Amino acid sequence: MRDRLLLGLALLLAIALPWLAEAAGSPATVSLATRMAIYAIAAASLNLVLGYGGLVSFGHAAYFGLGGYAVGILYAHWRSEELLLGLIPGSIGLLPTLGAAMLLGGASAAVLGALSLRTRGVQFIMITLAFAQMLFFLFVSLKAYGGDDGLSIRRRGEFPGLDLRAPAQLYWLCLGLLVGWLLLLWRVTRSRFGQVLAGARQSERRMAALGVSVYPYRLVAFVISGMGTALAGGLMANALRFVSPDMMHWAKSGELMIMVILGGLGTLLGPVLGAIALVGLENWLSAWTEHWQFILGPILLAVVLFGRGGLMALLRRVLPA
Amino acid sequence: MALLLEQLLNGVQLGVMLFLLAAGLTLVFGIMGVINLAHGSLYMVGAFASAFVAAQTGSFLLALLAGLAAAALCGMAVEYVVLRRLYARDHLDQVLATFGLILFFNQGMVLLFGRQPLFVDIPPLLQGAVEIIPGVPYPAYRIAIIGVGLLVGLGLWFLLQKTRVGMLVRAGATHRDMVRALGVDVRLLYTLVFGLGALLAGLAGLMAGPIFSVQVGMGEQILIQTFVVIVIGGLGSVRGAVAGALLVGLVDTLLRAFLPATLRSVMQGADADALASGLASMGIYVLMALVLLVRPRGLFPAHA
Amino acid sequence: MSGGALLRIEGLEKRFGGLRASDGLDLDVLPGELHALIGPNGAGKSTAIGQITGEIPPDAGRILFEGEDITRLPPARRVRRGLSRSFQIVQLLDDETAEANAALAVQAAQGHSFRFWRDATRDEGLRAPARALLRRAGLPDARHRVLAADLAAGERKQVELALALAASPRLLLLDEPMAGLGASESRAMTETLRGLKGQVAILLVEHDMEAVFALADRISVLVYGRVIATGTAAEVRANAEVRAAYLTEEEGV
Repeated sequence: MRDRLLLGLALLLAIALPWLAEAAGSPATVSLATRMAIYAIAAASLNLVLGYGGLVSFGHAAYFGLGGYAVGILYAHWRSEELLLGLIPGSIGLLPTLGAAMLLGGASAAVLGALSLRTRGVQFIMITLAFAQMLFFLFVSLKAYGGDDGLSIRRRGEFPGLDLRAPAQLYWLCLGLLVGWLLLLWRVTRSRFGQVLAGARQSERRMAALGVSVYPYRLVAFVISGMGTALAGGLMANALRFVSPDMMHWAKSGELMIMVILGGLGTLLGPVLGAIALVGLENWLSAWTEHWQFILGPILLAVVLFGRGGLMALLRRVLPA
Repeated sequence: MALLLEQLLNGVQLGVMLFLLAAGLTLVFGIMGVINLAHGSLYMVGAFASAFVAAQTGSFLLALLAGLAAAALCGMAVEYVVLRRLYARDHLDQVLATFGLILFFNQGMVLLFGRQPLFVDIPPLLQGAVEIIPGVPYPAYRIAIIGVGLLVGLGLWFLLQKTRVGMLVRAGATHRDMVRALGVDVRLLYTLVFGLGALLAGLAGLMAGPIFSVQVGMGEQILIQTFVVIVIGGLGSVRGAVAGALLVGLVDTLLRAFLPATLRSVMQGADADALASGLASMGIYVLMALVLLVRPRGLFPAHA
Repeated sequence: MSGGALLRIEGLEKRFGGLRASDGLDLDVLPGELHALIGPNGAGKSTAIGQITGEIPPDAGRILFEGEDITRLPPARRVRRGLSRSFQIVQLLDDETAEANAALAVQAAQGHSFRFWRDATRDEGLRAPARALLRRAGLPDARHRVLAADLAAGERKQVELALALAASPRLLLLDEPMAGLGASESRAMTETLRGLKGQVAILLVEHDMEAVFALADRISVLVYGRVIATGTAAEVRANAEVRAAYLTEEEGV
């Protein structure tokens, strides 16, 4: 009961944030909070496979980048009025572009997941990383879409009644999608599907003895996760009005994983806390020194070595259930 | 024909570099069960230390020693301070902790040497070319790299199969407690094995200096290729590392050499070059996918 | 049906290097019987179990279940056909309660789990049969909500048995259900198995001879990868080859 109250309060605060920022005279906070919400969607998606499924994917930046490029490429074709592959018209509609992002993310996750899930453990880590790197190189070489330099997007997605040029509206959109996505993940993890996924994490051998082959369940989780991550990528393309292969860089995959661990592996709200903490920390450190990674590295090390359970565990100690 | 031979040798030479990294990584994993992302950082440390000493002293020998020593010491320090706390943890923790180490090392190198790439001269003794077959000159330095690779490969085989240390290393992997009960200091053994892996990574790094530029981020690029080598070859197997490294080295080099011309025969020059370089970069990953389809545990799995 | 046998194993061969872990292994389990498989250490019992459950592929020979060849079927598919197993080293989902473990087993027995919306953790359609299973395996109600990791060794064996029963198997392969249990826990497990007898055919692999001789309808003795004798308890006890095998084993220790 108290937890629900606190959660509602936090949500109210999050909704009111643009007004509070304005009152405090720091409008930049809104775009920072937008980035946090977007990364929270990506981290929560990764958490489905990493935390609930126990699958250490080190390549989720690929889906993040693919989502971004789906939006960017559709914009480029909308602008040039040329059909994509001679078939698909460009678009700047919010629904078609974000839908395309999720479709592309899901389809790629299906293909790469089908291959990667044939391996276990360290090989799985290496192969997901390698496939993401493969896509990174693919987009570096696609000169038609900017190659190395990336692709600028002059117009944010359009939706009747929304004006995403206003930072506050973009923020509310991202916040709304985050809340919706979390609700969906909450249902999924508690469903029969979620129980099998969690069981496969704890003992694949046990699941086989119950008559369950875990591969198709893991693959479906991987696809859902890829879709959510790509949605976040599509939103990021809207927020930054820019996509580049950097969105797919392996270090981005690492950051997403850190958000999940920092917040709390296999918890619903952990990835959200982790995203807020990491984006905030990077923002704060980089304002302070150019060499912020020199400090962030050891902080991460300390979190892994000593911070069992992440921020959610810390929160639980302050607010026992 | 001459071009093909030259490119084949280039492929073997890249394979040697990858083998030096993959051997260390796979040994450390096979014995300690640790995945170490910072292995590429040790490669970078070796390259930087050697480039720096070469620029300061002009002595190739000193540069060589500095590169090896820096990488090995760094590796042992990392093992002593961080990694030995991670042996009992799961792979996720190991990945994240060593990811933190990468950030630390990369930014540390930026602090020390700046972002500008360093360029290293080929040692005087190895400048020039050798005619491998009449009419086909090939850089002596690259021949030397291939030679070093062969020596290291033989040395590793001898060390692991024929010496007491190698026996302990192999036993330590499967019967950790038994080896400990026999009075062997396993922790020291691990530190030494880790140092050996770091030494090989540093060796690769300092040899790479005159071929590629020495810069921050060089470690990660080759680390990911090394992962491909290990997935293809089979985790924990030195034999697999040899096979995987040569395969990846050859495929990558040959695609880069011959794909652009092939594509240019069917499409526009500039587009063809861009697409060819992209496809060539993707080549080894496609190779990995194909190997996995047929043999999910790689070509030479360690424990069949 | 192949001569009325529920499970028929014919000429199973498996080598590990120079070791013949299965060397022309033949075995029949009849519907409804409790058939014990015994043998000295190193006789190849684990290899036999691995091949029956599908975790180890045999080099040669066939395994027929209800007359159909299942030699190449993956483990999960065998379970869905009605060949359930328990593990010698208990395999439970340690982050979950005993009840949640059993509920997942019930869920698995009900068909595919591609259901994404309804809350499975509060589904009485899963929880009630789960509790019934646990009771049937002898775990008292008060222990149902305890995390699997916190249960005592004997209780974990009971949950293990409950999970194997969930699939309503026609053959239950029990891999040393008494191993690691104290005397009173062993007796309780023996009583539980006696209660199951007749409801489902059981292939019992066990070291506890007291339990084996108390429970088994027939006993097969495995030595050096092959069955040297099959028969009732009395027949096996009287068999000269069996006595020789066990006696040399004792001397060899």
